[in-house]
Amino acid sequence: MNSSINTDIIEHAFLNISQIDMVFPTPTGGFTALKEVDLKIDKGEFISLIGHSGCGKSTVLNIVAGLYQATTGGILLKNKEVNEPGPERAVVFQNHSLLPWLTSYQNVELAVKQVFNKTMSKAEMKDWIEYNLQLVHMGHAMHKRPDEISGGMKQRVGIARALAMQPEVLLMDEPFGALDALTRAHMQDSLMEIQNELNNTVIMITHDVDEAVLLSDRIVMMTNGPEATVGEILDVNLERPRNRLNLAKDLEYNRLRSEVLTFLYEKQRKVENISQKTAAKNIIEKQTVNEI
Amino acid sequence: MSSTTVNIDKLTTIERLMKTTMKIVNKLSDAMLLPLIGISIFLFLWSVTAQNIHTSLGEFPGPKAVVEQFSNLYDEHINEREKAKAFFDRQVKRNAIKVAKNPDYVPKIRDYTGKETFLDQIVTSLFTVTTGFLLAAAIAIPLGIWMGLSKRLNSAFNPIVQIFKPVSPLAWLPLVTMVVSALYVSDDPLVSKAFLTSMITVSLCSLWPMVINTSIGVSSIDSDLLNVSKVLRLPTITHIQKIVLPASIPMIFTGMRLSFGVAWMVLIAAEMLAQNPGLGKFVWDEFQNGSSDSLARIMAAVIVIGFIGFLLDRLMLAIQRKVSWDKSSVNA
Repeated sequence: MNSSINTDIIEHAFLNISQIDMVFPTPTGGFTALKEVDLKIDKGEFISLIGHSGCGKSTVLNIVAGLYQATTGGILLKNKEVNEPGPERAVVFQNHSLLPWLTSYQNVELAVKQVFNKTMSKAEMKDWIEYNLQLVHMGHAMHKRPDEISGGMKQRVGIARALAMQPEVLLMDEPFGALDALTRAHMQDSLMEIQNELNNTVIMITHDVDEAVLLSDRIVMMTNGPEATVGEILDVNLERPRNRLNLAKDLEYNRLRSEVLTFLYEKQRKVENISQKTAAKNIIEKQTVNEI
Repeated sequence: MSSTTVNIDKLTTIERLMKTTMKIVNKLSDAMLLPLIGISIFLFLWSVTAQNIHTSLGEFPGPKAVVEQFSNLYDEHINEREKAKAFFDRQVKRNAIKVAKNPDYVPKIRDYTGKETFLDQIVTSLFTVTTGFLLAAAIAIPLGIWMGLSKRLNSAFNPIVQIFKPVSPLAWLPLVTMVVSALYVSDDPLVSKAFLTSMITVSLCSLWPMVINTSIGVSSIDSDLLNVSKVLRLPTITHIQKIVLPASIPMIFTGMRLSFGVAWMVLIAAEMLAQNPGLGKFVWDEFQNGSSDSLARIMAAVIVIGFIGFLLDRLMLAIQRKVSWDKSSVNA
């Protein structure tokens, strides 16, 4: 459309989420979940997507992953259009999604074999799998199956599997949402440690304001659906490595925190009643199930 | 003083012993005693009722008559084996004499053509049901996976599956018999027509539960796992091998167990009409024979059929336990 105007920006953006609309067909006509979502992400940036539930955060992530197709607009990764899923955009799913019949090692192995089939020898693959599992501190339980390890450990293996694909972009859909507060804090520290080492480009969906401020370089706050879009973007210029205890008293940290809270609970306060909300959500879920 | 404490100690040990024995007795009574009581009540009712039913072949057999027939059937088996052995011994001797008289003589060994014993018939039945079931599985599991993967294929084939599923083996049998007679023409047949007819009928009836369960198992795989496969861009073969098959193994096995049960039930009817020398034929022959022992012998066959069916189900369960990753899905 107006590509001539945007050329400059497109060429510089590592990942370009460009003018995305997402309309789910329903029996009563289209349901516009996303409207003109536009976001440019640099290499090595850690982005959090935050917003109320049902605002379409997951839809954005799934479109970037290639699991959904945007109705209009599109995704450019290194100036190439994304229209199907692929290992260069690895996903860490909310409920780990490990194959329950494989051990942690075998789960990572499945991904490594698929991605590095031609470039790595068997011994290199073994080292690479073990390296990634050790990176998430799962070296001790490599040969255990998902039902033998805790929820936090499963999520670690899920992260190891995603990291082992050496993705261009790491997509995380509420990776710690199902964990208890202590485990979650521990996982956040681990993730910061890994991020410090690998400097991946990450998009993470979260509900947790503290998590967003602690981990991100930028926080993308989404408005409520339908027709959800990017409301505000907040730059987080806190020095790294970050320490949650020191930050608790940090003025800048608390200012950022209250900005996000203000956005969520004043500007975008949920006004619709519960039944409407669940009805809308049900429609979306039904649609997505049908699509898949 | 000391003697009393010793006494108390003794008492408590005795009490403890009593308690543990009571626990063991309780456990035993649940596992052994109650089934035994149930069986005794059944046997009692059976023998009382049997005495009051008079058929044209005499009194309905009670437990005692059936037990007698079990030992008769076993004796007949032993006798028949001895006869067979004697038959072959005679042949060998005769041949030896003939060769001694005439060195150019090429000895012939003739098959023993005596009738199959009850035990032979059990073996035949087991062989027929297994081959029929395996043939059905070889068709049903790939078809079920295919139907589970593709909604369109499922919509296309599901009506056919639903219509053929409830069809009785007795309806299939005449058709199968005629088709086998028409197509299976050979001077030196590898297997008898009766066997083939029974086997195919068993397959036709045991196909459907496996198709249905496999396709449901495949189509209900967690969408997260399918997304993992999509993100990894697994090729179709790897996708089926690494995701679809392991994920649906529990459902596939549930279908296989159902099917094996159906197959065993169908087999008896099929063998009766197709005259395949198995347990079905045994029942039919005894019925036609109409001696005063016939009903007791049929009742013995009924018990054996039930027992084998039960063992086959346990066998499938054991295999399922071994193969399945999801131990919680394996219930008796």
